[in-house]
Amino acid sequence: MFSTVATLLRKELRLELRTPQTVPAMALFSVTTFVVFHFALQARSVEGDLAAGVLCVTILFAAILGVNRLFVADHEEGGFDGFLLAPVDRTALLVAKALSLLAFLVLLELVAVPAFILLLLEPGLGVSALARLALVLFLVDIGIAVLGTLVAALAIQTRTRDLIVPIVALPLLIPVVIAAARGTAPLLAAAGAGALPGRWLALLGLYDLVFGLLAYAVFDFLLEE
Amino acid sequence: MTKLYGTGLRPLSLATALAVTVAFGFAFFYAPLDADQGFVQKIFYVHVPMAIVALGGFVFGAIMAIQHLRTGDRRYDLRSYVAIHLSIVLGVGVLVTGMIWAQASWGVWFEWREPTLVSFLIVFLLYCTYQPLRFSIEDPEKQARYASVFAITAGAFVPLNFLAVRLAETYIHPRVFASAEGALPASMQLVFLSSLVAMTLLYLTLWRYEMAAKHTSAQLKSLRRKLGGDESAPARVRSAAPAVTTP
Repeated sequence: MFSTVATLLRKELRLELRTPQTVPAMALFSVTTFVVFHFALQARSVEGDLAAGVLCVTILFAAILGVNRLFVADHEEGGFDGFLLAPVDRTALLVAKALSLLAFLVLLELVAVPAFILLLLEPGLGVSALARLALVLFLVDIGIAVLGTLVAALAIQTRTRDLIVPIVALPLLIPVVIAAARGTAPLLAAAGAGALPGRWLALLGLYDLVFGLLAYAVFDFLLEE
Repeated sequence: MTKLYGTGLRPLSLATALAVTVAFGFAFFYAPLDADQGFVQKIFYVHVPMAIVALGGFVFGAIMAIQHLRTGDRRYDLRSYVAIHLSIVLGVGVLVTGMIWAQASWGVWFEWREPTLVSFLIVFLLYCTYQPLRFSIEDPEKQARYASVFAITAGAFVPLNFLAVRLAETYIHPRVFASAEGALPASMQLVFLSSLVAMTLLYLTLWRYEMAAKHTSAQLKSLRRKLGGDESAPARVRSAAPAVTTP
């Protein structure tokens, strides 16, 4: 199981490394979205609740781009058939895809968060606030990665994949949005970073756990041919 | 060879009609006027049972979907589909009555601080994607399998979503039973329970009617095919509804 996951993950990352497609698109999209927010909100800088919302929406929509692309290569180039022929546990594909999506999201945030701080955030961010922000965002990423993999696998066989992914994924991700916006708002306040309320971390953890188990339980049914 | 569907629907329909009449009669003539909200509060006897039954229908659909994936029996997919379909229809009713109530008692059509209403809207929006998802998968077997996965995921999402939205807001919704201000008076409780029973019966009746209609029309189609040969029967039209196989 471990070696299968490692092999599949290596394949995903090598694919992205050789022909960078998804991550650059997501990163570029996020920076452009900050510019859009600057004009749409008519704000030179944002802080607090508004800053949390801007960051959260940008990462969510950039993530949807990655979710849309997640299984496209496997579907079009016969990767599914190859995987299904191999005598390995089907769940390995779920774990590997979720890990690769998680890696893409972390890479996205390595670009998006500094860009956000430079372009829009009013107070700047201290080291400890940054660490707490990274913790919240990491839990958010796990949730998006698990649910995104599930939705991507659900949508890949449909004829209108690009339409199905956002309309199914967005309502399902609303608990993540709530926790992310509420959890990061005090960290981004202009008056200085406030405490991080533990219940948002707990909610994110619960979400990651529930959908992780659920994806594990149903993923096999999405692969049978 | 032909099987009769919809047997036993007559007593069920009569019981439903009776229960709905009694519940409405109770709500209008027996239930006391609410001290704060007056007459408007009576929409509560439609709105809340409808919401409970709609959510129950989503859960029922998820359970049928689990059965479908476990047994591979396509009839469970049909049950799940009809249950979710009906719950979506009820969901429209819940949102409309909820908005009327919100307008009457809080003066706004939609109240974002009201977590139950917001949660219900999110759940409703999620289930609205059930039909497009089914419609965009052509292979009927795959359609059934994927729809079941969706139904299970969405079923698990419902309680988690209610928890998340509740955490996010301080609630102003009147609690149905015991709350800080005290329980409902016994007369209101009786009326509420009778409307809940009526709404559940209505859902069950509609569900059975829809199942019977789906089976009967499939049977009719297969009989026509036998009579007229293969050419007269049109190929399966692409549809969001599950294909019904007749024995």
